[in-house]
Amino acid sequence: MNYPLTFKQYSDALKEDRLMGLKCKVCGSITVPPKMACRNCASFEIEPMAMKGTGKIRTYTSVFVPSEGRETECPYIIAMVELDEGPWIMGNLKGVTPASAGLDVIGKSVKMGHEVFPGDKYSAGEGARPVFTIV
Amino acid sequence: MRKVAVLGVGVTKFTGAQEKTGVELFAEAAGDAFLDARMKPKDIQALFIGNVLGDFSEGQGMPQCLAAENIGCFNIPANRYEGACASGSMAIRDAFLLIANGAYDVIMAGGLERAATMGTPLATRTFAMFSDARYEYPAGITFPAVFALLAHLYSDKYKIPVDRLREQMARVSIQACKHGSVNPKAQFFGKYGDLTIDKVLKAFVVASPLGLHDCCPFSDGASSVILVSEDIAKRMTDKPIWITGAGQASSGTLSNQKAYLPRIYAREVASKQAYAMAGIKPDDVDLIELHDCFSIASIIASESLGFFDYGKAGEAWEKGQADIGGKIAICPSGGLKAKGHPIGATGGGQVYEVVKQLRGEAIPANQVPNAKIGMTDTLGGEGGTLVNLILEKGY
Ligand SMILES: [Zn+2]
Repeated sequence: MNYPLTFKQYSDALKEDRLMGLKCKVCGSITVPPKMACRNCASFEIEPMAMKGTGKIRTYTSVFVPSEGRETECPYIIAMVELDEGPWIMGNLKGVTPASAGLDVIGKSVKMGHEVFPGDKYSAGEGARPVFTIV
Repeated sequence: MRKVAVLGVGVTKFTGAQEKTGVELFAEAAGDAFLDARMKPKDIQALFIGNVLGDFSEGQGMPQCLAAENIGCFNIPANRYEGACASGSMAIRDAFLLIANGAYDVIMAGGLERAATMGTPLATRTFAMFSDARYEYPAGITFPAVFALLAHLYSDKYKIPVDRLREQMARVSIQACKHGSVNPKAQFFGKYGDLTIDKVLKAFVVASPLGLHDCCPFSDGASSVILVSEDIAKRMTDKPIWITGAGQASSGTLSNQKAYLPRIYAREVASKQAYAMAGIKPDDVDLIELHDCFSIASIIASESLGFFDYGKAGEAWEKGQADIGGKIAICPSGGLKAKGHPIGATGGGQVYEVVKQLRGEAIPANQVPNAKIGMTDTLGGEGGTLVNLILEKGY
């Protein structure tokens, strides 16, 4: 059976600032990040759709101790965003100073761009991720 | 199903970086379990070992087969379990189920890990592998960051200001260090017994709002438990400790758990199974060794397990309700925070502590009086794996 939306396809679209998800033909639910089965009803009848790339911050953290190989990125903010279409996704938040970020960012509306993690010896290649800014 | 007993337990001291191999550590724990159970290598019919990062920490895959031979259990089936930090508990649960269902009579289960040996940068990198490598790691997720996200979500959801929540979390760490500092098997034995709220709040930030003292250490160590069928238990001891309940569940990426966060839904599924199998309620549990990898993790876990109301666990710690003499004794060993967290060995370490408590053999300062029912709670990744076990004193 054909995989409906691979990470490669998702990542390539992100590199053009397009966020892709999947819509279920059975129950109408939207699944992001992409999977084989609908997040709600487990149907395989799901097809790719373009998301708006806008939403609200639901939680965040400022990271000061990085993984090996990502020292130069530190400090940085990870945010979980509830998309206007419903699903939550993980990305970074830019335009806010990590050391002074506070709980007031929760609930703020954001728009999406992207950055690419170039990969390391464990990661089987590169991967793009959403980067959000407060609007 | 047949009844299953824990007949023998053994652990190494959990430590920072040290020079023994993972297999050597496991052999020491297994040796203690043999002595405790009064059994010999020929008695063991299968070996189930939790080991997560041997490939990275010492270039060792398939350690379970080397371990079986090393301890004299020649040619028995040997399985490795990988469910991140819950690996050892997965091994013990499967051993329990296979004995209960009659496939084996005697299984040794446990785990080994050398997470501290890797050093903080590589350990941080490899622990991040328990998150989604494609949809989360590119954003720089780390294991502390996962629980930091949950801490801010908890603060927002239950309307507890972050500064207030940080004080409550500090209480969790202080209680853990109080018990760990007097436990000779603990990584923090003799350390941090004088931790204060001020020291916790002033420590450097790892991932906001979590500081150094909100986080468990990276650890080396091993654990081993010998599980036996009812007829063997009755022949070998008049003081059996029974496993009466077990549950396990899984979840996908953190973002797909959105409907429940900061609650970990897999925990609610797994603990419900375990409570139902044992025929008990949360109020019946005297003590639990739960997955306190971070201070906020204790707060979140104790609520989902049914010990405290949602949003109220921090207050429970402040009032001593989560300590010996309170509503339930949580992590009287010092827990992952102070006893240490050699991830593949952690579940076996928790079972070791619960068995010691139920036998009345815990360190006197950490002994829960008249403990009859104990429980373990082990979480892997972002709630991707969750295992609960319930143990009861059989005499
Ligand atoms: Zn559906």
